Amino acid sequence: MVAGVSDRVSASVPLVQLRGISKRYGELLANDGIDLAIAPGEIHALLGENGAGKSTLVKILYGVVEPSAGEILWQGRPVTIASPVQARALGLGMVFQHFSLFDKLTVAENIAVALSGDWSVAKVRAKLADVSRAYGLALEPDRAVWTLSAGERQRIEIVRCLLQNPKLLILDEPTSVLTPQEAEHLFTTLDRLAAEGCAILYISHKLEEVRRLCQRATILRGGRVVATLDPRQRSAREIAALMVGNEVGEVRAGASHEGRGEVLRVANLTLPPAGLHGTALKDIVLTVNAGEIVGIAGVAGNGQSELFAALSGERLSDRADAVSIVGTACGTADIDARRRLGAGFVPEERLGHAAAPSHRLSENTLISHHSGKEVGRIGFIALDAAKRLARSIVSGFDVRTPEGDPQARKLSGGNLQKFVIGREIIKKPRLLVVDQPTWGVDAGAARLIRQALVDLAEQGSAVLVISQDLDELFEIADRMAVIHHGHLSPLRPTRDWTREAVGLEMLGTRDAA
Amino acid sequence: MRLELVPRQNVAPVMRAVAPVIAFLTAFAVAGFVIWLLGRSPLAAFQVYVTQPLSDPWALQELLVKATPLALIAIGLSYCFRANLWNIGAEGQFVMGAIFGGWLALATHNTGAGFWVLPAMMALGILGGALWALIPAFLKTRFGVNEILTSLMLVYVAQLTLDYLTRGPWRDPKGFNFPQSVTFDLSATLPPILEGSRVHLGFAFALIAILVTAVVVGRTLFGYRLRLTGDAPRAARFAGFSSRSTTLAVFAISGGLAGLAGISEVSGQIGQLQPSISPGYGFTAITVAFLGRLNPIGILVAALVVALTVIGGESAQILLKLPLDLSTAFQGMLLLCVLGADALVTYRLRIVGRAVTA
Amino acid sequence: MTAYEAILLTIITASTPLLIAALGELVTERSGVLNLGVEGMMVMGAVCAFAGAVTFDSTILGVLCGILAGVLMSALFALVVLGFAANQVGSGLALTIFGLGLSGLIGAPFVGSRRDPIGTLSIPGLSDLPYVGRILFQQDAFVYLSLAITLGVAVYLTRTRSGLTLRSVGENHTSAHGLGLPVLKTRLLAILFGGACAGLAGAYLSLVYTRFWSSGMTAGRGWIALALVVFAAWRPGWVLVGAYIFGAATVLQLHAQAAQWGIPSQALSAVPYLATILALLLLSIRHGRAIGAPGSLGTPFVPDR
Repeated sequence: MVAGVSDRVSASVPLVQLRGISKRYGELLANDGIDLAIAPGEIHALLGENGAGKSTLVKILYGVVEPSAGEILWQGRPVTIASPVQARALGLGMVFQHFSLFDKLTVAENIAVALSGDWSVAKVRAKLADVSRAYGLALEPDRAVWTLSAGERQRIEIVRCLLQNPKLLILDEPTSVLTPQEAEHLFTTLDRLAAEGCAILYISHKLEEVRRLCQRATILRGGRVVATLDPRQRSAREIAALMVGNEVGEVRAGASHEGRGEVLRVANLTLPPAGLHGTALKDIVLTVNAGEIVGIAGVAGNGQSELFAALSGERLSDRADAVSIVGTACGTADIDARRRLGAGFVPEERLGHAAAPSHRLSENTLISHHSGKEVGRIGFIALDAAKRLARSIVSGFDVRTPEGDPQARKLSGGNLQKFVIGREIIKKPRLLVVDQPTWGVDAGAARLIRQALVDLAEQGSAVLVISQDLDELFEIADRMAVIHHGHLSPLRPTRDWTREAVGLEMLGTRDAA
Repeated sequence: MRLELVPRQNVAPVMRAVAPVIAFLTAFAVAGFVIWLLGRSPLAAFQVYVTQPLSDPWALQELLVKATPLALIAIGLSYCFRANLWNIGAEGQFVMGAIFGGWLALATHNTGAGFWVLPAMMALGILGGALWALIPAFLKTRFGVNEILTSLMLVYVAQLTLDYLTRGPWRDPKGFNFPQSVTFDLSATLPPILEGSRVHLGFAFALIAILVTAVVVGRTLFGYRLRLTGDAPRAARFAGFSSRSTTLAVFAISGGLAGLAGISEVSGQIGQLQPSISPGYGFTAITVAFLGRLNPIGILVAALVVALTVIGGESAQILLKLPLDLSTAFQGMLLLCVLGADALVTYRLRIVGRAVTA
Repeated sequence: MTAYEAILLTIITASTPLLIAALGELVTERSGVLNLGVEGMMVMGAVCAFAGAVTFDSTILGVLCGILAGVLMSALFALVVLGFAANQVGSGLALTIFGLGLSGLIGAPFVGSRRDPIGTLSIPGLSDLPYVGRILFQQDAFVYLSLAITLGVAVYLTRTRSGLTLRSVGENHTSAHGLGLPVLKTRLLAILFGGACAGLAGAYLSLVYTRFWSSGMTAGRGWIALALVVFAAWRPGWVLVGAYIFGAATVLQLHAQAAQWGIPSQALSAVPYLATILALLLLSIRHGRAIGAPGSLGTPFVPDR
């Protein structure tokens, strides 16, 4: 066929080529002279740690952010991509990591709004069925988006792109919200698209899936390209070293600890959803003993934050015995009372929930220490004591700060996470509940945090870790359960779980393992 | 042309102080332009508005008299605004304070009641304002009703209540049918700070409120709680601070101080109840609170500055035949400029040429 | 004209400005901007319309002046909240204070003038129908216009592409920006539309409802229009219903005052304000918190270019 010839010709001219792209935010150089070329039909991985500059680069390519320097060639011609509208007109499609969806709009409206003007909602509704069938992406056009699962939401994003017959599809960390089975389904779809000639830029920090899917990978570190290689021909360890810059150490395992007394008991905890978009908790049963780490796996949005809120006391149960900490029934007691029982909590969202972005670190210590004697006396706060406390957290947990007592928002994600976890660990809590301890954190900080959790358990504290990162749970948890639609699977020792079994539980296929 | 906001890496402390000044100058420029449009000399107006009051001892006292209710109300509002709660009904709470406290003054009229009347009036004034403010607060915490609209609607209700009372049951029977109450007894009149001065004790209340607030905001857990609630509401809940009790507390405080301002004004300044007792102090105080950047000392300064324009407005009405509405318009403009100038603290402004669009 | 017709007619007259102003604010809020300056834009519309009508001796030109005044006021608001990303609650409040003051200045020379009633448009044949004819088919142009705006806004929001963009921008401005939707431009136009409607509503007040100008004559109607939007859960059809309920409450309260039942007139004057609080309360009890509120309502947006 003639198409074969022209394919080979165009393969010599890259579909898109970035030359010397730089982006400066104030003092931060997010991208520093990046070169990148993608051929038609190629699945190209963009690898890098959090903060390596992947998202910035992609936003530049998609016209969301203006580059400070550099040029973009599209099919050999220099172009200025001033807006996503223009990017789409060129033939770029983008699936965002944090979905760019509108909760109260329907599926069809969400798709139509992202397409060019000649796509009416009615036309989208008509075409949706075709695309859904062709790529196995089932969607109901008139459902409101807030009623959909993360996997279904991602399908909307993908269908949005496919309806425009893109020449280049960009996916930003697409599997972070998917079960292993959903991810495999996605890979099949992507393989199919690539076979049809669509180029794919696949952004990830998960090496295994990149090695499964991509022919070429560009690795970013600190805003620069450190290597371009074929990921199938290198070891995961080698690539990881390139991403991180030095060898990543492993978490030192704690001693095996069994039955040193129950610290947390959750007995038939049931809570209705909070508001329209929440998940109900159904009959949760769970215990955590002193000296062990219990992990809760699950795909985002299956009741993790609701469970955290119910355990921390940010939401109260109607039965006191639904939650007991060191033998005291406290299901109806607020978070302050639970802290006084010796519990510490670290929520998922660092900025805005665990810490106030515009407040200094010393002030942020008050959030969980204000009822302690050290920083508060009869309604007054001791600012000096709070500063000392902040300093000891900073030095004890290797928090790198730009100045002595900076605002929380000035810290990088990893450093702030070390701070908010250190803030609890320094109290030597008898129970620590952590939601997504290393979400969006660089490898070095993640390792330090996991080590701190293991050490805490070894010293006799009970630790409950809620995480979407299966590798993390397999690495540090002594016992594990999976949460799905507000249901918690039975707790089992980690060695009795397999990835497949966890994946099936994540899909809600109960007792299949 | 396009205006772009570029986030500053570090908030410039200089800008914090300079921003309100820039706002003030802009508002002045706009007002001057309007005066020029009205066919009057902006320079003469500036003299009447600013220079004259500052050079006249009588006017300086008047300045403190006018600044008193503004500072009292604004310092109360700063509690709400810090916690990101919008009590915009201080005018109504001011009136309710006057009604509650005024009731006692009328009830003890000509009974020879002793020194206890005045403190009790003040307490009732605080109570009246606080209760009136707790209505929107309660509707918000219990039912989730938006506090902006309810607190404002209650202003009209409070004003109509005062109107009814002074034209009806509380009207002075010997007052030639004028809609006003009897003049308060001496025992129900707030004394001047100094013998012979026009400045009444209410100004001392305002100073005390400012000092106490400075300590509360800077040093206490409650002050920290307000800031955290305003800056990061989820973090406040995580810290164990219930938003319900915070809401009720700040509305009670701001309503109480507005009520105190109301009864102080009636007892120390007007001397009787009338259908209208405020030229909009409750609304002007919102400008004062923001102009003072919610900082206690800033609010004191802002109250004095804004009081100056109020007095200036009154003398401009007499001397230049400029309507009082000019002061109102100026205050609105000033608040707009103050809020706009806030952007200068957190952002750098950049004017870029026409954006390249596809 | 029978008494019942007269009452219904005054109800329609009282409801129309509320309806127009609330529709404008609805569109503004659906784009994610809370403009509390309705009262100020409305009073400016009222004074400029009246001044224009007297000066040019033309109702049409007066109405245009009113609309223009509303638009200019809203443009000032847009400059502050979009250009400087200022706090929307405070800025709206400031706009109201500014408008109340400035309208007093502009209106001072016109206090005491009166305008003649404007004519009604009757639809031949239909307006002669018994009972309903004169109510439904013999109204002034504003009434028909207000109904047309209701329908237009409803169709615009649900059926047009630009309406879809507007809803998306109001629902989640970060996502909208990521997709390349023009967040600030959409919001600017929505704010200006809100201003135009508030100006028109003000023009109706001074040219049709009272036919004279007095300082602060909007008397809280702008605030009631704001409450109507919440009451209607951001849907145009319900704004229509709400506006007529409030119009009826206002008129009946006036009739009750005239009837001299011994209820203090102040208590009756308080009815619209108390009714607003009650309506908001009932709505909250039924639906829980702010159902239907656009997701980004009231939050400033600064693009990260």
